[in-house]
Amino acid sequence: MANASNEHIVSSYEDELTQLTRAISEMGGMVEVAITNATQALIRVDHDLANQTAKADKAVDDMQRYIDEKAVSMIARRQPMAGDLRHIVSAIHVANDLERIGDIAKNLSRRVKHIDSQRVSKQLYNGIRHMSDLALAQIKRSLDSFTLRDANIALDVCRRDDEVDALYISLFREFLTYMMEDPRNITDCTHLLFCAKNLERAGDHATNIAEAAYYLKTGENLYYDIESGKVQLN
Amino acid sequence: MTDMANGNLQQKSSVHTSDEARERLAKRYRAEGNFKWIGRAAIGVSVAFLLLLLSSVVSQGLPAFTFNFVSLPFEVTAEKLGTDGADQDVLKRADYDSVIRDAIRAEFPDVTSRNGKRALGGILSSGSSVYLRQQVLDDPSVITSGKKLEVPISDFADLYLKGQITSGETVDGAANLRVERQDKEYRLIADEPVFANALSKAKERLSVRVAALRKEQAGTLRSKAKLEGDIVALQERIPSETDSVVKERLETTLAKTEKDLALLLKRIEALVEKANALDGRIANKGLGETLTEEMPSSLLYIGGGVLKLTAITTNTATATPYFALAEEMSEAAKGTWQLRTLDVVEANRKFSDQEIVWTDKLVERDYVRSGINTIFFTRGASREPEMAGVLGAAIGSALTLIVTLVLAFPLGVAAAIYLEEFAPKNRWTTIIEVNINNLAAVPSIVFGLLGLAVFLNYFHLDRSAPYVGGMVLALMTLPTIIIASRAALRAVPPSIREAALGIGASRLQTVTHHVLPLAMPGILTGTIIGMAQALGETAPLLMIGMVAFVVDVPTTFSDPSTVLPVQIFMWADFPEPAFQQRTSAAIMVLLAFLIAMNAIAVVLRKRFERRW
Amino acid sequence: MSVATEILQPNVKTGKETIKMSGQKVCVHYGEKQALFDVDLNIVANQVISLIGPSGCGKSTFLRCLNRMNDTIDICNVSGQINLEGQDIYDKSIDVVELRARVGMVFQKPNPFPKSIYENVAYGPRIHGMTRSKDELDELVTSSLRRAGLWEEVKDRLDQPGTGLSGGQQQRLCIARAIATKPEVLLMDEPCSALDPIATAIIEELIDELRENFTIVIVTHSMQQAARVSQKTAFFHLGKLIEEGPTEQIFTNPHHKKTQDYITGRIG
Repeated sequence: MANASNEHIVSSYEDELTQLTRAISEMGGMVEVAITNATQALIRVDHDLANQTAKADKAVDDMQRYIDEKAVSMIARRQPMAGDLRHIVSAIHVANDLERIGDIAKNLSRRVKHIDSQRVSKQLYNGIRHMSDLALAQIKRSLDSFTLRDANIALDVCRRDDEVDALYISLFREFLTYMMEDPRNITDCTHLLFCAKNLERAGDHATNIAEAAYYLKTGENLYYDIESGKVQLN
Repeated sequence: MTDMANGNLQQKSSVHTSDEARERLAKRYRAEGNFKWIGRAAIGVSVAFLLLLLSSVVSQGLPAFTFNFVSLPFEVTAEKLGTDGADQDVLKRADYDSVIRDAIRAEFPDVTSRNGKRALGGILSSGSSVYLRQQVLDDPSVITSGKKLEVPISDFADLYLKGQITSGETVDGAANLRVERQDKEYRLIADEPVFANALSKAKERLSVRVAALRKEQAGTLRSKAKLEGDIVALQERIPSETDSVVKERLETTLAKTEKDLALLLKRIEALVEKANALDGRIANKGLGETLTEEMPSSLLYIGGGVLKLTAITTNTATATPYFALAEEMSEAAKGTWQLRTLDVVEANRKFSDQEIVWTDKLVERDYVRSGINTIFFTRGASREPEMAGVLGAAIGSALTLIVTLVLAFPLGVAAAIYLEEFAPKNRWTTIIEVNINNLAAVPSIVFGLLGLAVFLNYFHLDRSAPYVGGMVLALMTLPTIIIASRAALRAVPPSIREAALGIGASRLQTVTHHVLPLAMPGILTGTIIGMAQALGETAPLLMIGMVAFVVDVPTTFSDPSTVLPVQIFMWADFPEPAFQQRTSAAIMVLLAFLIAMNAIAVVLRKRFERRW
Repeated sequence: MSVATEILQPNVKTGKETIKMSGQKVCVHYGEKQALFDVDLNIVANQVISLIGPSGCGKSTFLRCLNRMNDTIDICNVSGQINLEGQDIYDKSIDVVELRARVGMVFQKPNPFPKSIYENVAYGPRIHGMTRSKDELDELVTSSLRRAGLWEEVKDRLDQPGTGLSGGQQQRLCIARAIATKPEVLLMDEPCSALDPIATAIIEELIDELRENFTIVIVTHSMQQAARVSQKTAFFHLGKLIEEGPTEQIFTNPHHKKTQDYITGRIG
């Protein structure tokens, strides 16, 4: 359900906007893959995968630079108005958040080499996997809300952020328990705790993306609307 | 021709660079060149005709701008006039004719016959007394100061002095001449054929006469043939005619016709005889001839006097004195006497040999001065060409045009402004506009008829007055001014009007402060065109009677007057050759008027011209 | 009101808006053809409102109704009510000449009178009898030229013809001429469309300064200009007023799809 049923009179303008959207989608895809791979590498303690994932972050950074430059160039040349202006400005914000998520994936990958595969228990990883799945789901849905310009999906993402936070807190308690049980677990658990924190941050970034999507669609600030009571989050 | 691989690009360029394209281009240039040459030819033809017109008018009119004045020792004294200048009335009524008569007769005391005296007086203009009186009245002090006064010479004398009566050649006497006086006549004898040239010229004239006779004879042949034909026809008819009344009539006609034929034959015979006789005389080169007025005149200048030859042979001549010799002489040496032959024979000119001699004498005595023809520029019309001037008509034209301008310009411009700016665009205004356009094309004489019917017959206004003429011309010029003004107003861009209205100017202020000044150049052009047209109009003014022979120069708008074109028209009718010159001179004055008006128009346009 | 909103509208001191002119159910017919359909629009005092829309949408027609310039067109018929400070300007008792002194106009193509610069500016005050002496008139001319940002450039050549100036200067001269009659409202019909970018920028700056003393209604084809120059924007389409609101809102988040489409260049 694309936005404009009619297109720009100047077709090259229309093409540029499409390219921008495509770039965001592509970047989003790259980031989703990065998170998935980083989580996999962590769980299986796969050092090769971790290295690969860490290196792949450069492409994400390049993508963000590309989107930034494209957006600035379009502002200078096209003097975009209304919806087009919001689209381009949002794209800059979304690219920014996606790049951060990419960095999170890189951090996760880097931690893999600090983890001793022998000792650590499978139980611990379940939590991380669950966290990762949740974060990935948020990222995916927030990108959907952006590309589909669906304010409801964006709202949903914002709502679900509580779940991510709640999961993080429970994981935090769990790791504390493990650490208190067996002091030899402290190193690994601390690493995993940081990973969980990173994933929670990734969820926050996804929420930012959703806010950008909401602004793109309605022209209003989502949290302002929530505060003023215009929108209910349950 | 096109390379399919390169495709469109080559095809596109060959559209304009192929040979066919170049041929088309050359054709275009040729057509343009032809058009330019046609234009130049058209201009050339127009310029040629213009030059032809101007040169013919100027060459005929230029001599009229100078005139010869004679200043004899007129006895303008207190005794002759009866006052020394104090009494204006006496001055006005004094007998200036006698003063002039006395002066001219004093120059030529030999002239005693009545005819001679009258002819002598004719050397000076018949308006000399008026002229002289005017000078005395203008400056009565001349009575006492004895200043030299002048009067105009007569029109024919003036033409003669300008070389327009006749030309001639003078040769010095080629041999000694014996002079014998017999009573009033002189006999001149030379040893050599000094008069041979004059004799042969005289004989040449005879052959002209012969040719005329032969032509007349040829002309009669037709009548002769007709008469003979009639007789034959009648002779054939009469025997077969049965009706006795008709027969009698036919017989009478036949007898009459036969008598006519006999007369004609006799006439032809006489013509032939005369022609033959003349031929004989022409053939005989040595035979002497009596110099009639049909033959070129010969004047002999000898001993301070002038003799006119009356009969000549190659070596001898008889002559009458036209001007007395200073003293009696019996012989004139070679080279001390001159023989002058005039080309135009006396019968073909209005200025006799005697008058020529008198005029030459006046010139010899230094009485004649050639100067600017002030009379032409300062006097009104007159029957005498030398006293005729153009001032009356010029003033009349000026007064009439002033009235026309004062009436037509404000009305025309105001009407144009109303129609263009204020009138609603409906059926009535369209009708008015169509009618105005039509009026501009109406022949001017119709306006004259209108003036006659309305102004003269209904309102009983003055005939021949400038203000009536001005009113008629104003009616005629009004459509031109309205149309030109409307076009000028329309040409002002609407942005000016919008700007003025936007500032809060009312419709009237917009028009008077902004639109009108910008439209002024166009309005003035239209006005001057209309005025120039009015200046040259003759027909309508003839209809309202501005044909009056007006001698006085008009001073007010109701004085009877005439206008320049009408004056030209009247003068063109007069037979005197001096009037023909004055007609051309008046045309030049009219043209000068027009040029002056156009110059004023150009100056005014430049002043009002504003770029917007 | 949040802080953010205040920063966005720095020039509105009290936040209170007074209506200078308003139109209710304004319809305009050119003969049989209807050009404006029931236009309701308020014009706020001391603000610039820009009228935008595609060609033939009626914005110039509406502008010309405000100073009754449509009266000069015979077949034009205006119905509805247009008020200046509460008074109907089409009322019989209103003198249109006086109205045009109170509501001035600047046209698309600069059209100074072919008179001297001084005369151009002095003409309006003179015919309205606004000054009593030559000194007063001089003063008025000087101040108008100063306000229009033209004084420095022409003070030495006031007697030279106004048509000898450059395009931008001519337009400023027309603005000076319009404000010389001390109008309350200034109407501008695409004033910069014939000018180069520098001249345009000078005039836009001028409009901003004039806002202190005048109410300005500007018709423009350039949306960037409307966005730069005005506080309120009204979008016309096919003779109807589609949307009207604060300029930022119209250009970042218009309510009507037609407005959005026109602003972003999706319809002509």
